[in-house]
Amino acid sequence: MNRASVLRVGIGILGVILLAALPLLNLRIPGVLPGATYEPGTLQLLALCLLIAGLALSYHVLFGLAGLLSFGHALYFAAGLYGLAIALRHWQMSLVSAALLVFVGATLLALIVGAVSLRVSGISFAMVTLAFAQAGSVLVARNPGGLTGGEEGLGLDITNIPESFVGVVNTRNLYWISLAIAIAVFALVTWFERSRAGHVAAATRENELRVRVIGMQPYLVRLLAFVTAGSLAGIVGMAYLLVQNGAQARATSADFTLTLLVMVVLGGVGSRWGAVIGGVVYTLLDQRLTALAGGEFIQSLPAILRVPLSQPLFLLGTLFILVVLFLPGGITGTVARLRSGGSVARARATLEQAGGAESDGMEVEAR
Amino acid sequence: MSTVLLLAITGLGLGALYFLVASGLSLIYGLMGVLNFAHGAFLMFGGYAGYEVSRLIGATTWPGFAVGALAGVLTGAAIAALTELLLVRRLYERHIEQVLVTVGLALALGALASGVWGTDAIIITGPDWMSEVTVILGARVPNNRFLAIIAAVAVLAGIVLFLKFTRYGLIIRAGVENRSMVTALGIDVRKSFTLVFAVGGAAAGLGGVLASQYYTIVSPHLGPSLLIFAFIVTVIGGLGSLTGAAIASVLVAMLQQFVNYYVFGLGEFAVVLALALVLLIRPRGLMGRVAA
Repeated sequence: MNRASVLRVGIGILGVILLAALPLLNLRIPGVLPGATYEPGTLQLLALCLLIAGLALSYHVLFGLAGLLSFGHALYFAAGLYGLAIALRHWQMSLVSAALLVFVGATLLALIVGAVSLRVSGISFAMVTLAFAQAGSVLVARNPGGLTGGEEGLGLDITNIPESFVGVVNTRNLYWISLAIAIAVFALVTWFERSRAGHVAAATRENELRVRVIGMQPYLVRLLAFVTAGSLAGIVGMAYLLVQNGAQARATSADFTLTLLVMVVLGGVGSRWGAVIGGVVYTLLDQRLTALAGGEFIQSLPAILRVPLSQPLFLLGTLFILVVLFLPGGITGTVARLRSGGSVARARATLEQAGGAESDGMEVEAR
Repeated sequence: MSTVLLLAITGLGLGALYFLVASGLSLIYGLMGVLNFAHGAFLMFGGYAGYEVSRLIGATTWPGFAVGALAGVLTGAAIAALTELLLVRRLYERHIEQVLVTVGLALALGALASGVWGTDAIIITGPDWMSEVTVILGARVPNNRFLAIIAAVAVLAGIVLFLKFTRYGLIIRAGVENRSMVTALGIDVRKSFTLVFAVGGAAAGLGGVLASQYYTIVSPHLGPSLLIFAFIVTVIGGLGSLTGAAIASVLVAMLQQFVNYYVFGLGEFAVVLALALVLLIRPRGLMGRVAA
């Protein structure tokens, strides 16, 4: 190991220790966090940030690494979320066996849907994944046999949950669980990216034809990336259930998948830290803008300003458009560019790479 | 028998709505390779514009409805043209970013509509004829179904005639076939990009007005839910193919209606299953030209 990587590992360990110690500290960041870091409300928000960052990381495996633009990634998150809620409430399973069952279920779901939708690529793939996610959304809304609770959502049944994970007093335990899951997802994604399969997935994104020519199967590697991303999303979904104390129908909606895409692009496509930062920033913005919308300042504005400003999704959507237009490479890309003094063109190239085979085909066609 | 007929005509009406959305999507994708996620928002704003304008003139009168429909068409076309000019054009030839921009726009416009008109559905009234039924061979068919069918057929005919017999239509058809060749011949294809967006937006705006009559509500969810089915229709029909979109709209809507009635409301799942089958057997769709 050279000095730079030792330094990086050191900073990483320090960061983890700091994050793990947050529930014991009295830190306040006005405007960003609603209160001191030891308060349950703040801890819940932080836990949410960590889980969403984990989810964004799982989406990074699809979009950033394998170049698969999926619009249905929320399906596996929702499978974990609702699967665990149903197993706990309706089947009265113990937490561990329920979690194992749901993990297997979410992975199988990703395997089946991935096997079908990877038969097409590019834009068709995006639409097909969207259609499957919509089927999941309709299923949850229909509330078959009273399983999912329909629009109302499904509360967490705490009969079989260890006491240390229940109640406001134990929010810090949930926070530590979320932190552990976020770190585990990060480690797994790093491992996958550096494995042989990860390299082939990246190569498939860059140039599918070449991968075929050397005699490898892009389909299988893509499927592996799809299933990996899906099962990770399922795990995050299960933790989300514990932290949020229930499953809401919103998690299955197409909007939720789109927000995942927004996070990854906001943070910077193609970088793990980009996904993490995007997830955290998005979650914080979403929470704070919602709080701000109800505040006196916004409510006192004339209607023409008040109506758009009181819709967090309007502001986030607009911010997203601006980032795509003017800050290619997102937050991490811009920081890297400022540090190296690189050009906008190079950052654009990074984003285009994530477009993968589909946009390559287009360029060839255009020439 | 009368049930089958009712389901068939209602299915045709729903298929007409799907086609009004899918035609624009398909044209835009065919010419520019842009998957327009904001298409549902064009539809939704068309529906709201129709509602507001016909309320001013008198929602239950025919002139009110007609002017409202016109307002919906114009709103859809205007938003679509602006989208192309201000956002999509800046990202010329960068397909993934174009999709991302339309995704952002869809989110922002959807939220804006919720802010202005509220998240709850608004109940729509139309001319009395709309909510009445016509009895055909014992089937009591709501009249708004017929209007949707007639409008979709008119739009299909209009677009086909426009593409076949006008100079702009010729340029668009040539552009879909081989864009670089058209550019090489000294024709500015980009003008037709705006035109195609406007035409697609107008069809979506009309779709919005008719969809709000069909469901008798207008809500921020109107766009996204129809958009997803329109996506399925365009994939099944073959990306970029107008005829494919027309055939697939009818097939998908019929399947949805019949399965919904006979198999405990599983229509949406049947449609997704059909999509999966089409992809497994024929990945390029019914009328798609090249493998997607």
